[in-house]
Amino acid sequence: MYAQLVETGSTRLRKLDELSGDERRFQERIDAGIKIEPKDWMPEGYRKTLIRQISQHAHSEIVGQLPEGNWITRAPTLKRKAILLAKVQDEAGHGLYLYSAAETLGVSRDQMIDDLHSGKAKYSSIFNYPTLSWADIGAIGWLVDGSAIVNQIPLCRCSYGPYARAMVRVCKEESFHQRQGFDIMMALCRGTPEQKAMAQDALNRWWWPCLMMFGPSDAESVNSAQSAQWGIKLFSNDELRQKMVDQTVPQAEYLGLTIPDPDLKWNEEKGHYDYGAIEWAEFYNVVKGNGPCNRDRLKARVDAHENGAWFRDALLAYADKQAQRSTAAAA
Amino acid sequence: MKKEWPLWEVFIRSQHGLAHKHVGSLHASDAEMAINHARDVYTRRNEGVSIWVVRSADVVASSPDEKAPLFEPANSKVYRHPTFFPMPEEIKHI
Repeated sequence: MYAQLVETGSTRLRKLDELSGDERRFQERIDAGIKIEPKDWMPEGYRKTLIRQISQHAHSEIVGQLPEGNWITRAPTLKRKAILLAKVQDEAGHGLYLYSAAETLGVSRDQMIDDLHSGKAKYSSIFNYPTLSWADIGAIGWLVDGSAIVNQIPLCRCSYGPYARAMVRVCKEESFHQRQGFDIMMALCRGTPEQKAMAQDALNRWWWPCLMMFGPSDAESVNSAQSAQWGIKLFSNDELRQKMVDQTVPQAEYLGLTIPDPDLKWNEEKGHYDYGAIEWAEFYNVVKGNGPCNRDRLKARVDAHENGAWFRDALLAYADKQAQRSTAAAA
Repeated sequence: MKKEWPLWEVFIRSQHGLAHKHVGSLHASDAEMAINHARDVYTRRNEGVSIWVVRSADVVASSPDEKAPLFEPANSKVYRHPTFFPMPEEIKHI
């Protein structure tokens, strides 16, 4: 998802009766549904895992502005441009809520930014794909933000208070993102045959990367079992992916678009859609840094940070000078 | 020069006459910028009519380790709640 393949440092899951002392009391609080707050005792693994997960989530929001930012100056109408600007501004806001939540765990903002820029920290694989046409902006809102909502709604109930509260704010705003995307798709699908073909082409390119966003099956993963025990992962990757497929197929049918999967069909017995095999080699390749846009995305972030350094420093120097003057005036 | 802008806690009063409520935090070089950033980050959908910002370093908080002794005195005083006093069925408006 926005956080993929999060490492927990656990090699084996220990049951409650194998824990003692602080660790046992901590697990009992989580099992009882009591939120963990920044100053509470927590296992080092929980703290580190959350820093990895929340910062990866934050980085995804920030890098996620780039594919859509690509179309702000080329939006088809002033109304679409204003909406897209507001949407991209929301993504920045989501990144900021999440960075703040991660900082309550004792990591600094600068450290997190450095880790992103050095490649040590990841962001979601989905943002390494290019936005080739205006229809991609529709497909991103509809499918990428749609997948994000499926993942983020359970996180509003996760065990770490600041993360859960940030997710509540994010989810309230995310619904606008998905709807504006679907609205773009509807306009294209009701337009000329060329416009409808653009919409179909965007769906063809974004469908499989969106299914990959949820990450590989984690039914057997120790990391996922540990995150589930800690209450920071509430559903498996496969469960969330199935939910996304089930809710999206009827929406595609409404648009008159075809999902690019010949194996996709309703399974009456299961009450879910069956879908074809995902090419995980592509996912791992993108995660390793070899997707279509990995280098561009990271370069855009590093350039923005480095070219803005003099300005950030100047503002701080100004604030320090003003503070000194007011101290001198008071003396 | 490599120095992080200080952290500020943000409090917003909504339109419904409630008290300022903590909504999150942000980095800013000074108080004026903190207010401007708070507007952009926390009130994009008319969430507030007033913003307070305070440097996070200036917040004094109770310690979670002392939670039990700090809040213990209230635990034994259930009579502070109106439900402590059962009222007869026929008594109204009380």
